Amino acid sequence: MTMESLEQIKTRVEAAVPGAKIDIIPNPGPAQQSSLLIDNEHAAAVAKFLRDDSALRLDFCSNATGVDWLDRTVKKTVKVKKIVDGEEKEIDETTEEFFPGYLEAVYHLYSMTHKHGPVIIRMRTADRAENARLPSLTPVYRSAEFQEREIFDLYGVRFDGHPDLRRILMWDEFVDYPMRKDYREPDDYEYEPTPHDDVLEKAKMHYSARPQLDGAENITAQS
Amino acid sequence: MSDQIDGGLRSELQRQGIWVTSMEELYNWGRKNSIWPLQFGLACCAIEMIATAASRYDIARFGGEVFRPSPRQADLMIVAGTVTKKMAPQIVRLYNQMPDPKYVISMGACAISGGPFKQGYNVLKGIDRYIPVDVYIPGCPPRPEALLHAFMELQRKIDSQKLTGNAKAEHLDPMQPSEFPVPAFGAHDLEPAANPRLFQPPKIERS
Repeated sequence: MTMESLEQIKTRVEAAVPGAKIDIIPNPGPAQQSSLLIDNEHAAAVAKFLRDDSALRLDFCSNATGVDWLDRTVKKTVKVKKIVDGEEKEIDETTEEFFPGYLEAVYHLYSMTHKHGPVIIRMRTADRAENARLPSLTPVYRSAEFQEREIFDLYGVRFDGHPDLRRILMWDEFVDYPMRKDYREPDDYEYEPTPHDDVLEKAKMHYSARPQLDGAENITAQS
Repeated sequence: MSDQIDGGLRSELQRQGIWVTSMEELYNWGRKNSIWPLQFGLACCAIEMIATAASRYDIARFGGEVFRPSPRQADLMIVAGTVTKKMAPQIVRLYNQMPDPKYVISMGACAISGGPFKQGYNVLKGIDRYIPVDVYIPGCPPRPEALLHAFMELQRKIDSQKLTGNAKAEHLDPMQPSEFPVPAFGAHDLEPAANPRLFQPPKIERS
């Protein structure tokens, strides 16, 4: 039995959960695993529907993870026909579109009953600062508890309705979110035997300048 | 011993059923042949350590098979695996709880320097930043033979330790510390990032 398409799932969810708004995020890569972007307000109801619906029965959340999206500007170049000096010409017109950054939580859902999946659902925060909040899906999927704690620990997404939201990998006194793309690690590069790339740049700040050469470096091995 | 009695005379006496030895030699012989390691592992190196303790490699041949679940009964700490910054204070605390004389084997690239995770945010760049290490084993992970070699090196070290005189073993010197400060969890890193009495970064000069 094959699972229904994402379009069919979207239509059925929007019919079953009043007010729910679902977008399909295409994945053009080789995996072809497109996902459903669900709105935060109805997330718990949507997840409950996906779990309990008799045709879907997505009863197993195998994985929950975070993604950090920084602020980005996307340049689009479109060929536009314009009349210049009374002549019709094709001109490249570049438009810039600004997307503010946000954090994302991605859940992979499978069905143990029907042996199908995954259905991938996503949620997005309003921004990367004080509004980095999402509704917790732990009340629907018990297995999401530790993984949502991990997303909170490493990305700083606060999950409303989570029963025990604490750091899980880092210590409680830690203040940063180390998996964010703008995380800067503490500067302890005082001893790096083989530094390279950006580590070399940081390590150079700790190196003293090379002493005066004494000519020994010109001696080569005699055959 | 060899400087106190002629080797030929000694073996001649041994043939007659008389064994001449010294207190130091007998004491170190007993110590080096019953090294009880602390039973804990941190990562994949621990799997190799378990293999070393099992029948094929059999660390019992060297008297090290009694892995103790309590630091109070252990002589040797085998730091087998990646030391995360969250784990490091507990390692130092376990070391402090071990009675003297105590020895440390730093097993594998991670325990020596952080290994492949050296530039990571959560891995300590070598356990020798907080506790003194007797034998380092490179490898990722080291094979059981390498751990056995390190164990024999440690036995050699114990055998050569003096009990009296100016060059006596460190643990017999009351001025030498047997406990080391436990690092605290800071806002970004462990505080301090290393114990300056034990670890000074080597000076590298580069153009």
